[in-house]
Amino acid sequence: MAVIRDVMPAFELLQPSSVADAQHLLARYGSDGWVLAGGLDSFDWLKDRIKKPKAVIDLSGIHELKGIRSTADGIEIGAMTTLTEVAQNPVIKQKYSLLSQSAELVASPQIRNQGTIGGNVSQDTRCWYYRGGWPCYRAGGNICYADTPVARNREHAILEAERCVAVNPSDTAPALIALDAKFVIRTAKGERVVDAEGYYVAPDRDITRLTILQAGDLLTAIRIPSAWAGAEFYFEKVRDRNVWDFPLLNVASAMFTSGNTIDKIRIAVNAAAARPLRLKKVEDAVRGKQRSAETGEIAGKLSVQGAVPLQFNAYKIPLMRNLVKRSITGVANGGQEAAWAS
Amino acid sequence: MPDPTDTRTTEHAAKKLSRRTFIKGVITSGIAVSSASYLFRASSVSGQGSSAAFGERLLTLSVNGQPRRVDVMKNETLAWTLRYKLGLTGTKLGCDRAECGSCTVLIDDVPHYACSVLTHTVRTRKVLTIEGLASPDGKLHPVQQGVVDEQGFQCAYCMPGFVMSAVGFLNTNPNPTRAQLAHGVSGNLCRCQDYDKILTSLMRGAEYMRRSGRA
Ligand SMILES: Cc1cc2nc3c(=O)[nH]c(=O)nc-3n(C[C@H](O)[C@H](O)[C@H](O)COP(=O)(O)OP(=O)(O)OC[C@H]3O[C@@H](n4cnc5c(N)ncnc54)[C@H](O)[C@@H]3O)c2cc1C
Ligand code: FES
Ligand code: FES
Repeated sequence: MAVIRDVMPAFELLQPSSVADAQHLLARYGSDGWVLAGGLDSFDWLKDRIKKPKAVIDLSGIHELKGIRSTADGIEIGAMTTLTEVAQNPVIKQKYSLLSQSAELVASPQIRNQGTIGGNVSQDTRCWYYRGGWPCYRAGGNICYADTPVARNREHAILEAERCVAVNPSDTAPALIALDAKFVIRTAKGERVVDAEGYYVAPDRDITRLTILQAGDLLTAIRIPSAWAGAEFYFEKVRDRNVWDFPLLNVASAMFTSGNTIDKIRIAVNAAAARPLRLKKVEDAVRGKQRSAETGEIAGKLSVQGAVPLQFNAYKIPLMRNLVKRSITGVANGGQEAAWAS
Repeated sequence: MPDPTDTRTTEHAAKKLSRRTFIKGVITSGIAVSSASYLFRASSVSGQGSSAAFGERLLTLSVNGQPRRVDVMKNETLAWTLRYKLGLTGTKLGCDRAECGSCTVLIDDVPHYACSVLTHTVRTRKVLTIEGLASPDGKLHPVQQGVVDEQGFQCAYCMPGFVMSAVGFLNTNPNPTRAQLAHGVSGNLCRCQDYDKILTSLMRGAEYMRRSGRA
């Protein structure tokens, strides 16, 4: 439970107006600098006095990082575009509604009005041992407090856990993976474009970070190719309360069918592992098959192969099996959106 | 929990002095001066002569339609500035963590949690709090009137936040269903669990807004 502790400790606030200026400032401060987007992940770290940067580099004055543009092959979303804009943009709603659906289910209206797409995909894990400042593996220590016989780990990983059992909590990340989005990164050496999947890091590769971003790197934009425009989409998020709560699990799929045969498909889940997982094996298994309950069943089973439950999160295995199944067969009432429309 | 190995923040009494010295050092250090000139350069290029350079803390904020000159720390949230510098205590602090909505204000007409906004980032924007909703002649905003008429709240600690969220939502969705309005104010919690009456009040407010031509 959060505790109000007076104001945040002092830091210098730097407000560059271009990406180049931001990069200079980040280079100057190195590991003492902190990138600030909407601040909804950042402020918890600062208020809890767990992260103590000397300088906070606020990206909110950089116009080149804002807005949604059409490109020769799809759209490009500036990293500082708010989740509300992403959820309401008419082109995204029309062609890539998987992303609008996922953005609309993030947190609360006020958080979506301020939280950015770049911050949402780059946010850190919410494992409360780690966020509480416990010296765990992820914080550079040599124990995982969430993986002991008495640990509270209902929200934690069932797949790919390697010492650390934290999960990536982003709702938009799996939607972007299913849409085959590309992330544009500005490093000291220049621009780099990576697949959405390749933006994320599992603990066996680097236990201290969730993304490939290194100190000084900036995510500048997210590109969505037109290849999946107008596909059949499915997004479902399961959480305790309908507002604020991070996903216990979510699933995103994009599919093209001819007749009832699955021609092309991409599926991703999040909150199952330390990175959003693209379910490539499942995609390969169902491609060319009928879009039926049976195929959904196969997909669900395959998706949880190798899953290892902790003390309190075994429910995530049947949950993931069912969500993956539904991401192929769909559900009669149209899923969660119907709840708000009533 | 502070990391005991991090000497920058271990706040033993003995360290207090060095911390103060450290802050003073930052303000006068060469690094600080050079980033000041750096930002001045950047801001004069973009023509924003008024943008705060390093070390500048005196801001002119637009709050409830008035320019308010105020001394703001870089690490200060808008909720803090409003309540403790400007005396606008209608904006409440519940959680200070973007988890309750009691601090909701409008920034350029859009609802935000004032506990989770740095005041320095709203220098050029318009802030509206519950104190600024009524007309200058004292006539309540239609949503406030709806709350009065329907007696929507119990302790009403959550009320300013709910009203600001509702006003922000209704400005762009003047004719919502009850469920849509509930979704619109879903970023606000009421500890007295008075949601049904709150929604009735806000729906009444929406109706008054349409009638008064404000929507
Ligand atoms: C109460 C609460 C509930 C929430 N619930 C959900 C939820 O259900 N689902 C969900 O998906 N999210 C949820 N969030 C997270 C929220 O969606 C934020 O959008 C997200 O955490 C961070 O976005 P931000 O723009 O506020 O970024 P910040 O907090 O400013 O940044 C997040 C992190 O990314 C880095 N960063 C940000 N932008 C860039 C960039 N362009 N380049 C390099 N690094 C960058 C920052 O340094 C920081 O480490 C919740 C947050 C809160 C406070
Ligand atoms: S005090 Fe700001 S959301 Fe609770
Ligand atoms: S009326 Fe008491 S908190 Fe809402």
